[in-house]
Amino acid sequence: MSPARVDVRKTYKLYIDGAFPRSESGRSYAVWSTPVGRANPRFLANAAMGSRKDARDAVVAARGAVKGWAGATAYNRGQVLYRVAEVMESRRAQLVEDVRLSEGLAPSRAEAVVSAAIDRWVWYAGWTDKLAQVLGGLNPVAGPYFDISAPEPTGIVAVLAPQRSSLLGLVSVVAPVIATGNTAVVLASQERPLPAITLAEALATSDVPAGVVNVVTGLTGEVAPWLAGHRDVNAIDLTGAADAEGVDWGELERAAAENLKRVLRPAGTGSDAVEPDWTAEPGLSRMTTFLETKTVWHPKGR
Amino acid sequence: MPIFEYAPAPESRAIVDIQPSYGLFVGGEWIEGRGAAFKTTNPATEEVLADVAEASVADVDAAVRAARTAYTRVWSRMSGADRGKYLFRIARIIQERARELAVLESLDNGKPIKESRDVDVPLAAAHFFYHAGWADKLEYASLGPKPRPIGVVGQVIPWNFPLLMLAWKIAPALACGNTVVLKPAETTPLTALLFAEICQQAELPAGVVNIVTGAGATGQAIVEHPGVDKIAFTGSTEVGKSIARSIAGTRKRATLELGGKAANIVFDDAPLDQAVEGIVNGIFFNQGHVCCAGSRLLVQESIAEEVDRRLKRRLETLRVGDPLDKNTDVGAINSRAQLDRIAELTAAGEAEGAVRWDTGCELPSHGFWFRPTVFTGVSQTHRIAQEEIFGPVLSVLTFRTPQEAVAKANNTPYGLSAGIWTEKGSRILWMADQLRAGVVWANTFNRFDPTSPFGGYKESGYGREGGRHGLEAYVTTGDPR
Repeated sequence: MSPARVDVRKTYKLYIDGAFPRSESGRSYAVWSTPVGRANPRFLANAAMGSRKDARDAVVAARGAVKGWAGATAYNRGQVLYRVAEVMESRRAQLVEDVRLSEGLAPSRAEAVVSAAIDRWVWYAGWTDKLAQVLGGLNPVAGPYFDISAPEPTGIVAVLAPQRSSLLGLVSVVAPVIATGNTAVVLASQERPLPAITLAEALATSDVPAGVVNVVTGLTGEVAPWLAGHRDVNAIDLTGAADAEGVDWGELERAAAENLKRVLRPAGTGSDAVEPDWTAEPGLSRMTTFLETKTVWHPKGR
Repeated sequence: MPIFEYAPAPESRAIVDIQPSYGLFVGGEWIEGRGAAFKTTNPATEEVLADVAEASVADVDAAVRAARTAYTRVWSRMSGADRGKYLFRIARIIQERARELAVLESLDNGKPIKESRDVDVPLAAAHFFYHAGWADKLEYASLGPKPRPIGVVGQVIPWNFPLLMLAWKIAPALACGNTVVLKPAETTPLTALLFAEICQQAELPAGVVNIVTGAGATGQAIVEHPGVDKIAFTGSTEVGKSIARSIAGTRKRATLELGGKAANIVFDDAPLDQAVEGIVNGIFFNQGHVCCAGSRLLVQESIAEEVDRRLKRRLETLRVGDPLDKNTDVGAINSRAQLDRIAELTAAGEAEGAVRWDTGCELPSHGFWFRPTVFTGVSQTHRIAQEEIFGPVLSVLTFRTPQEAVAKANNTPYGLSAGIWTEKGSRILWMADQLRAGVVWANTFNRFDPTSPFGGYKESGYGREGGRHGLEAYVTTGDPR
């Protein structure tokens, strides 16, 4: 009997401006599986422990990508996003394995989660060229004017990805941000970052322009304040503050007020943050929060 | 060109009956405020118009409780059709008492009667009329599944369009089933207090609308009150940020309509006579006390001299003076504090090297006045190109290419409005796409309508007011987050 093959392991790095760098800080941290039953947690990988500088580099990349992505036709954005779903499907085995180990799921459950994540991505891909008609339109003003309102992306959205749902939750917060023409700096789940990096590999190979999505892994409580206070970030999604160690979402929202970022608060009541049920149909609010309405007037006349 | 003298044509103030003192309108009744009463004056004469109560923290608490009771027991349970009928009533009473409201507004604010009469008051009535019709149709407004009211809304409004801003705030809030506690600005409370009387005439259920007067501390008490579910604020970016900070970490929602430094961009193929009218309207309408004012004129270099000449000639015909005179184009500055701020920023403009010009017109001996003023040779780093002056002061910059115009127009933390003047349709549409502003006026400026969403990008705030979009701020839906 020949010995089992020694497999080739993957190095999990950051995803910034279309490339996969290590953290400039040189730091990494051990990622463990969520065990099922009485098994012990299993070492999965050393993930990059992103720093303030990595987050700032990601913002620079995201700013550089705004013009091209927001300026792309909605049809084109839909095509690119659909392509992401295709590539996710082709990397299905890896995603299932990542989710299974990260979340401690039975194989069949992990399969179902990945299916839901891919379907969620397809759902958002289809929205790109419909939103303007659903949200915008002609305003019947009392005068001889053509007056029209249409949605436009806000710009750069910092996203605190959910801590528990490492793929379906991640997709549910990233897809609406970029479907609407924004660019994203995503802070992956601290304890379960691997599906985020695998998703980044799908993005990198699906015609999503560099910088449109940037993924930073590391300590949420360390990096999130820098993004919340960053003056070139236009909006922040605080969903991932739920169950994040050392994160006070109220403090992040206060920091975000410095340049009046659009803020999507975590679900929950009062100061409690809870992770939402990702299996429900999403609705529009994750997109509309990161959209501006522009209204244009022009006189009519001969 | 011969200059004709105008005979005075003052609107009579006899139509207005100002009381010597006003209390707070809470739970459908007038109560005395527990704070220190303050005076509201006519900025055109410095005459005291009335004593106005200051709402203390306890008064605000009473108002919020009255609003909560009205919300729980009456307003949130009433059918949309019935809510709408109250709003229709209010719209009609505003129309019936339009002249009275216009004169009162001009007295308390200093704006020309032709603006309060032809813009502020008719638009306020139109806002109530428009939203009245929404009250029983919210399910059709694409707001998400099952739109429901939010609860008690705290609203804080500025002094530049007192009644109109009240209408922008109260009409959508009530249409969607919320109740309100509204604070008018401390220098312009009188039309809001008259509006309270209109609510009584309409027999609006007690506590649905509560009007509390006061200054910053009263506003802060509203914002920080735990019984308030949503804040709607129009005012400065500085205060807007402090509101955003103070509700951080709570479940209170907010819409903020804040400052601006709009670029009004004139290309060399623009219809110049119309453009000059648009420039004048853009910055001298309402003494420039307009958050979306076209305070930065960007003019293409090849026509800069021509525009400058025509603009100054036109400005010399503006009539500055008695707000109640029907011929007046530019009225009084709303307060001494605002006059001081305008004087400070214009002095900075001169000190930084821009060239100052004003019409040199005569100004009344009493009251707060500022001549229509134009700065040329302004560069982007000058304070008068960066900071909101909120007065009748235009800063002129030049550009060569459309790309340069866009870069300069967007070079500000604000993003409320912008203007484009050109005969080329494709350029209008391209420019409109590039400008980071919530409202873009092409070959027109300063147009407002209840059906048309208004609000800013970036540090000009968030949320929209008016139109279907404006309803979003006043409902909660079954949409999961």
